[in-house]
Amino acid sequence: MLSHIPQKLLENPDIALSGDIIGNCVHCGICLSHCPTYTVIHNENDSPRGRIFLIRDMYEKGGAPDAKTVEHLDRCLTCLACEAICPSGVEYSKLIGHAREYVEANYTRSHWQRAVRSTLEMLLPRPELFRLSLYAGKLGRPFRSLFSGTIRAMLDMVPKNPLPAKGNINKPGLYATKETRKKRVALLTGCVQNTLDPAINDATVRLLNRHGVDVVVARGAGCCGAPAEHMGDEDKALPYVKANIDAWLREADSPEGLDAIVINASGCGTSVKAYGHALRNDPAWATKAARVSALAKDITEFMTTIGLNKPAIETGQRVVYHSACSMQHGQRITVQPKALLEEAGFEVLDVPEGYLCCGSAGTYNLLQPEIANELKARKLKNLKSVHAQIAASGNIGCITQLADEAGIPFVHTAELLDWATGGPLPPAMTERAH
Amino acid sequence: MPPADPAIIARRNQLATGLRAIVGKEWVISEESERAPYQCDGITAYMAMPLLVVLPASADEIRSILLFCKKHSVKIVPRGSGTSLSGGALPVEDGILLGTARLCNILEVDPLERIARVQPGVRNITVSEAASPHGLCYMPDPSSQIISTIGGNVAENAGGVHCLKYGVTANHILGLEAVLMNGDVLRLGGNYLGAAEGGLDLIGVLTGSEGLLAVITEITVRLSPRPETARVLSMSFPSVDAACHCVGAIIGSGIIPAGLEFMDRKVLDAVAPLIQETFDANTAALLICELDGSKAEVDALVQTVTAIARKESALEVRASTSDAERERIWRSRKLAFAAIGKICRDYYCTDGTIPRNRLPDVLAKMAVFSEKYGLDYANCFHAGDGNLHPIIMYDSRKPGDLEKAEAFGADVLRTCVDVGGVLSGEHGIGVEKRDLMTHQFTATDLEQQQTLRCAFDPTELLNPGKMFPTPCRCAEFGRMHVHNGQLRFPDVPRF
Repeated sequence: MLSHIPQKLLENPDIALSGDIIGNCVHCGICLSHCPTYTVIHNENDSPRGRIFLIRDMYEKGGAPDAKTVEHLDRCLTCLACEAICPSGVEYSKLIGHAREYVEANYTRSHWQRAVRSTLEMLLPRPELFRLSLYAGKLGRPFRSLFSGTIRAMLDMVPKNPLPAKGNINKPGLYATKETRKKRVALLTGCVQNTLDPAINDATVRLLNRHGVDVVVARGAGCCGAPAEHMGDEDKALPYVKANIDAWLREADSPEGLDAIVINASGCGTSVKAYGHALRNDPAWATKAARVSALAKDITEFMTTIGLNKPAIETGQRVVYHSACSMQHGQRITVQPKALLEEAGFEVLDVPEGYLCCGSAGTYNLLQPEIANELKARKLKNLKSVHAQIAASGNIGCITQLADEAGIPFVHTAELLDWATGGPLPPAMTERAH
Repeated sequence: MPPADPAIIARRNQLATGLRAIVGKEWVISEESERAPYQCDGITAYMAMPLLVVLPASADEIRSILLFCKKHSVKIVPRGSGTSLSGGALPVEDGILLGTARLCNILEVDPLERIARVQPGVRNITVSEAASPHGLCYMPDPSSQIISTIGGNVAENAGGVHCLKYGVTANHILGLEAVLMNGDVLRLGGNYLGAAEGGLDLIGVLTGSEGLLAVITEITVRLSPRPETARVLSMSFPSVDAACHCVGAIIGSGIIPAGLEFMDRKVLDAVAPLIQETFDANTAALLICELDGSKAEVDALVQTVTAIARKESALEVRASTSDAERERIWRSRKLAFAAIGKICRDYYCTDGTIPRNRLPDVLAKMAVFSEKYGLDYANCFHAGDGNLHPIIMYDSRKPGDLEKAEAFGADVLRTCVDVGGVLSGEHGIGVEKRDLMTHQFTATDLEQQQTLRCAFDPTELLNPGKMFPTPCRCAEFGRMHVHNGQLRFPDVPRF
C-alpha cells in the first residue's frame, strides 16, 4: 500500500521501517480471518488491515493521533495471528510495536489510563510487590461487583484459591543435574509466573535435570520487559532487557558456557527473541542482543533437540493442547509441544478455532476486559467441546485466564512432561483428585 | 465515477443520526479517521472516502436502511469483507458503505437436502467447515475463501481453482433472499435442489449483479460430497506454447481436472526462494493439474494425463503420492501472487477469459504490450477454463506508472474480447473494467442490461458508478433522468 509519510518523520528509522512494511501490504484481507478483534467486533478498524491504514494515516498526518485511532490500536491484542497467516510477509508485530511507541510519545492519555498503566508497569515485573498486591486484591475481591472495567478485571484475576507457597526456584544459582551432564542452560524464571504458579518452574527444572541439563538462574536477570513494551513504553522496557542481556551473556561467556536460554512462558519467549530487533540501532547493544535472541528457546523447542526420555509411567489421558498466541504466532512453534506430549504417552487434541487468542494477551485482559471476556468465553466453549481430561498450555497468561472456568485441570506442558518422565503429579491435578 | 453531491455530504451528521436510530450508535462510523480504512477493497489503486459506514446486524435493519436512503436519496455501496479485485466495493463520497460483516451466522446445515442456509456475511470457508462433519463441502473456492463472504461471492459470481470441474458460484446457489430499494423483500428458490425451477431465473440475474440490483440478505447454497481422494500432477514444459497445447490436449481428451493451473518462468523464479525449491533451467512454464474422485478413477486419470503431457513434450511430470506432497505442489501456486509482490513494488492483476485454443496467441500478444509500455509482467492463471490473470508489475511511487499498467491491462482485456473471450472470468467488472464494457457489448446489449437494472432499482442508488460506463436510461421507462442538469438525449421527443 502506498504511503506518503513526511520526510521529517522518515528520519526516525522505526517510522521509515514502518513505511516499508506498509508498502508490503497489498490489502488482500486474509489477515481479517484470523484476527480475534475483527472476529468479535466485525469492524475493519479493529482488524490488522484496518490498523495498518490507521497507522499509515497517523504517520502521514504527523503530530498527535486522534482518540479513535488510539482506541483501535489499543484494542489490538498483539496476538500476531495476522502476521503468521499473511501471504505477503507483512511484519505487523514491528508495525504495531513502533506505532505504540509513537502513540505513547505523542498522545496524552487520561489521568485514569495513565495511572492504571504505570501501576501495571510497576507491579508485574516485581514478584514481591506483585505478591503483596495479590494479597491486597484478595481483600478487595468480595467487593468486586461494585467495580467495573479494569479494576473489576484485576480483582477477577486474583486467584480464588490461596496463593501457592513459594517454589524451589526462587533465587539465582545453579540447579545441577544428577545425571551425566549433557547441556547447560539458563532459565528465565519469569516474574508473574513464579508468583502465580511456582510449580511450573519447579517442574521445568526437574525435567531438565532429569535429562542431564544443568540449569542456571542468572543473577541480575528478571522480567523480560514485555509488560512495559506491550504498553508502548520502550524506555521503561529497555532497562529490563539490558539487565537480562548482561546477566545471560555473563553466563554464556563463563568457562561452562550456555547451550540455550530456556523460557517456559511463551509470552516472555517472544519478547526475548525480539531483543535483537529492539536494540538493532544501538551499536553498543545490537550484537549482544542478537546473541541472546539466538540463544532463546522455548522449553519444548529445547526438549525436542535433546530428545525426551521414555515415559516412566503409563499416562494416556486425553490432553487438549491450547497453543498460546505467543507460541504459535509469535514464535511459530506449532509442532513440538504436541509431539512431545504424544511421545510422553498422552492423546493430544486441538482446540477448534485454535488460532484465536484467549483474551489474556499480557496485560490486555486488564486493559480491555470486555473484549478479553468475550474471547475467553469463546475459547472456553471451544476448549470444552473436545471433552478432554486435562488442558495444557505453554504460557502462564493463558493458564491464568482460563484455568478457573475450564472445568478440567489446566497445567503447563512442562508439568505433564515432568510427570510422565518420573516427576510428581502436577498440583492442579492433585487438587482435583482430592 | 459520478460527481459527488455536496448537498448530501453536507448532511452527513444528520444522516448519521437517522441511521443510528436503525442500527444503534456504535454501528454507524462517522469519524474521518475511522472511515479511512474503508476507502478501498482489494484494489488499493482506487480509493474514495465513504460518507458513512453502516454495519447492520439483521435483514430487517438492512431493509430500514434502504428505505431511509431512498427517502433521502443517499447512495449505497454494499460490502462484504472488502476483498474485491475489481473495485466492486469501492465507496462513493456521497453514499454510505453498507457492510454485511455482522450478519455472519450459518442458519442451517441440512445434510439430507445437502444445503446450507447462511447470512451474507458468513465467510466462504466456514460453510465447508460446518458441512465437513457430514462429509460435505461448499465447492466454489476463490483464493480469498478464508475471508471473503458468501454475500460477496454471490454478488461477484466468484470462481476459484476448482470451478473448472465444479462450476462457479452461480452453479451452487439454490435460494436467495434480497431486499429491493423500495423495501420489498424478494425470496427466490429455496432449500432444495430445483426449488427455483419453473420461473424466471432471477437467482441467475442476482448472482454476479455486483450489488447493483438488490442487497442480498440470505443465501441457500448447495453442498457437495467431498471428493474421496485427490492427486496433483506438476508438469514442466520447455516453452509456453507447449504448456498451452497440453492444456488443450487434456481438455480435448474429455478429462475435466479439478484444477488446471499455469505458471510461467517469472512466477517460478519468484516462488522458488519461498518454497526452497529450484526449477530446471529449461523449464519455461509449469502446469499444475489436480485430479479427484474415487481412488481407482484418480489413479487411472493420473496415468492418462501423464501420457498426454509426455506427448506434448513435457520435461518432467511429477504426481503426488501423499496429501503432504499434494500440499507442497499446490504451495507454489498459492504463494505465487505474494511472491510476485516481493519482487516488485506493486502489481496489477486483471481477469480476462478466452477460448482455450487461443491461449498461445494471447500470451504472445502480452509480450508485445509489455514492450510497448515498458512494464514487466508475469503469468499465473486458471488455464483449464482460459481464465487469464496477467500480473503487470509497476511502481506506484513513479508518476504515470499506474496509468501505464492500467492501459497495459486494458489492451490485454480488449485482446481477450477480440479473440472471442470476455472481460472477466471471476473478479467482476466493478470500476476496474467498467469503461471496457463497450468493447464487449453493443449499445443495444448495454441498454438491455440497464433496463433490467432499472426494473430492480429505478432509483440507481445501489452501487452507482460500477459495471456500466454511463448512467441508466430509466427516463424511457416513465421517469425523467436528469444528469448534470441535463436530460439525456434532449432532442428526442418525449410524451
